[in-house]
Amino acid sequence: MSNLLVTGIGVVAPTGVGVEEHWASLVRGEPAIRPVEGFDAARYGISLAGQVRDFVPADHVSPQLMVQTDRWTWMSLAAATLAAEDAGYTAPEDAYATSVFLASGSGGNEFSQHEIQGLWAKGPRSVGAYQSIAWFYAASTGQVSIRDGFKGPSGVVVTEGAGGLDSIGWARRVVRRGTPAVLVGGTEAGLCPYAMLCQATSGRLSTAQRPEDAYKPFDRRANGHVVGEGGAILLLEEPGAARARGVRRVWGEVAGYAATHDAHHHEDPAPDAVQYARAIRLSLADAGVTPDEVDLVLADGAGVPELDRLELDAIAAVFGDRATPVPVTAPSSWTGRLMAGGSALAVATALLAMRDGIVPGTAHLDDPVEAPGVDLVTSSRVQDLSTVVVLARGTGGFNSSLVLRRPEGATA
Amino acid sequence: MQDRRRVVVTGIGVVAPGSMGREGFWDMITAGRTATRRITFFDPTRFRSQVAAEVDFDGRKLGLSAQEVHRNDRFVQMAMVAADEAVADSGLRFGVGGADDAPDPDRVGVTLGSAVGATMRLEQEYVSVSDAGRLWEVDPRYASRYLMHALVPSCGATELAVRFGAHGPATVVSTGCTSGIDSIGYGAQLVEDGDADVVLAGASDAPISPISMACFDTIRATTDSNDDPEHASKPFDARRNGFVMGEGAAVLVLEELEHARARGAEVYCEVTGYASRCNAFHMTGLKPDGLEMAEAITVALGQGRIHPDEVGYVNAHGSGTKQNDRHETAAVKRSLGPAAGRVAMSSIKSMVGHSLGAIGSIEVAATALAVSRGVLPPTANYEVPDPECDLDYVPKVAREQKVDVAISVGSGFGGFQSAIVLASPTRRES
Repeated sequence: MSNLLVTGIGVVAPTGVGVEEHWASLVRGEPAIRPVEGFDAARYGISLAGQVRDFVPADHVSPQLMVQTDRWTWMSLAAATLAAEDAGYTAPEDAYATSVFLASGSGGNEFSQHEIQGLWAKGPRSVGAYQSIAWFYAASTGQVSIRDGFKGPSGVVVTEGAGGLDSIGWARRVVRRGTPAVLVGGTEAGLCPYAMLCQATSGRLSTAQRPEDAYKPFDRRANGHVVGEGGAILLLEEPGAARARGVRRVWGEVAGYAATHDAHHHEDPAPDAVQYARAIRLSLADAGVTPDEVDLVLADGAGVPELDRLELDAIAAVFGDRATPVPVTAPSSWTGRLMAGGSALAVATALLAMRDGIVPGTAHLDDPVEAPGVDLVTSSRVQDLSTVVVLARGTGGFNSSLVLRRPEGATA
Repeated sequence: MQDRRRVVVTGIGVVAPGSMGREGFWDMITAGRTATRRITFFDPTRFRSQVAAEVDFDGRKLGLSAQEVHRNDRFVQMAMVAADEAVADSGLRFGVGGADDAPDPDRVGVTLGSAVGATMRLEQEYVSVSDAGRLWEVDPRYASRYLMHALVPSCGATELAVRFGAHGPATVVSTGCTSGIDSIGYGAQLVEDGDADVVLAGASDAPISPISMACFDTIRATTDSNDDPEHASKPFDARRNGFVMGEGAAVLVLEELEHARARGAEVYCEVTGYASRCNAFHMTGLKPDGLEMAEAITVALGQGRIHPDEVGYVNAHGSGTKQNDRHETAAVKRSLGPAAGRVAMSSIKSMVGHSLGAIGSIEVAATALAVSRGVLPPTANYEVPDPECDLDYVPKVAREQKVDVAISVGSGFGGFQSAIVLASPTRRES
């Protein structure tokens, strides 16, 4: 199979709504992690979050759909439209020619908390007609498919933080079986009291009060992560079909992908990074790329010391023999971790970095940990990029790796 | 097509209402016995629909440790028990270092379907942290240590991967009520595409809790036949009035054909095709033409180069809602053509209820057993024909009938329509 092309990107993220807004904010290093607004997160020991402040749902979602869906779905609906617009993609005559294959982590949290509160405070009759379609993990995929008339094989995968990459992996199987275009990626919205409490029980959230002290992947003072919301949706197209419709721009090619599982413990990662490294190696082999050819790695960047160390071990195991250490950055440090939306957003960021030849640095990486064989990117730099690896992990041991290549003939 | 990797089913595990394990399940559905009853998990008095197909499930008595029960929602526990049975059935010796028949752990994947994940655990915990809905800003002092494990249902795939040391690709598939067909379809794709040799593929859901019952109450999707729970689920019958909520799990061991042959494994059936389409119409509504489900069936048959005439059995979605049964009947007629008039089609939801995402895998398990054993489970409670549903629904009594090819179909909220095709290993390819 020839490599799928990324032909459209839609971003709804703490860094901005719109792919260029996100990128400009990232390159300028504008802080998107700020004190939590909307509820008292301090009860859960949390002060900061990556909230999407510029998002006006009514600008993107019809009033009818707004009342039927959760904020998570509003963001998916918006990002799907932005991606299609960016690609100049209109629904083809064959409705089966477009699929929607998104990742979800936690479903329609805020909507559901309202409905379940009604149920327990007032009784079953207070539960509204839309709870059954707003909460479940397939809601965003279904609503995008219905709104846009896409009837192709569609699906929803849940692998926590790795979901955005895995949706691309599954989309490749869909394309292999004959569907030429797939919307992939996903969004997440877990910033309401109950979902925040659930996430806080992971013990992996930073309780720091100042952004510069909070989410610091690969820093000696790393102490957990900050939760963010939003994500990205991308349009992938089979090259022949993309050319046939006269695609106006190609962001990049999906050259390789692989996923493994630690299968070690329900929460803790394996004490070695063998399976994580294996995912990276498999994805490189799938792409036909050697470690020497990789210009940049976008790391998962958990921000938890042990997880950071394991990630650097995995990267070093694959790339450690290079003459020049591989550059590694974790742009999620600017937005917080958006669960399934985060790995989708990382793909968008990687494609933007390739386009402009700019590597965004890792936020607040003041005192990097020892990382032999790895070049940790502490501040933005200019660098020609033709092959970029994006990594993501999901709680419980999911490891995924994606290889992106700059489209042929393009230079930054 | 010589080098196409083929996928076979070599193990089946089932946790279903009204029975114990795979054989209990098979005995029950072929006896035409129903497991629907008045809800016992909570007092359903204030609910419109007060019946469900509950599993009398105790993880501790079924091989789970106290800690596994403590940290996991019921949907994960049921998936673990079903997976244990499927793996034992397959004869694959996971985790036995050096055993000849131990699969390469790097080549074992997990695809677990679930429509609503840990919704029961999330609701139970919500009741304490919110003080039964009094607090919007819930009280962390009452929080369980394992709420993150409940929030994100991928924990189910993790638990199975850890349990069997499966280092291949793992995922939870959550496409509403087609999750259980899709998870097996995705598992088959992992094998076909060469990313795994063995996949634990299945689904689990445990939705018999107040919030799930309430949300289907308000849209009147569930039955209100509360005075006669045993006969409440009546797919294709003119008197049908909504589905009966169920719960349960099924896990299949999918294996690459040569891998299974090399170890002399017994094969239930081959997965020759799987396809899914969306109706892009309505989150809960179905058009009566069945167009997209028909497309899924046609594509899935085509993958295995199977002619509609070869199909002997259709395991129906058969939820027992007016619109579903009509939609599905139309889809089968549209895709099978004249062969639809000869095909046997039944809904086991008449007996085990509708366990949302899980039922797809439970139905694929039933279909695999039907192909393997030459017995078709009936549609229980079917008495009064509906002129709009005029196929052979195998009323009430199981039928001894050898089928070479069977299809299982599903339809779900969000517009998902899925079909999977199973063929007998003794089928002569035409």
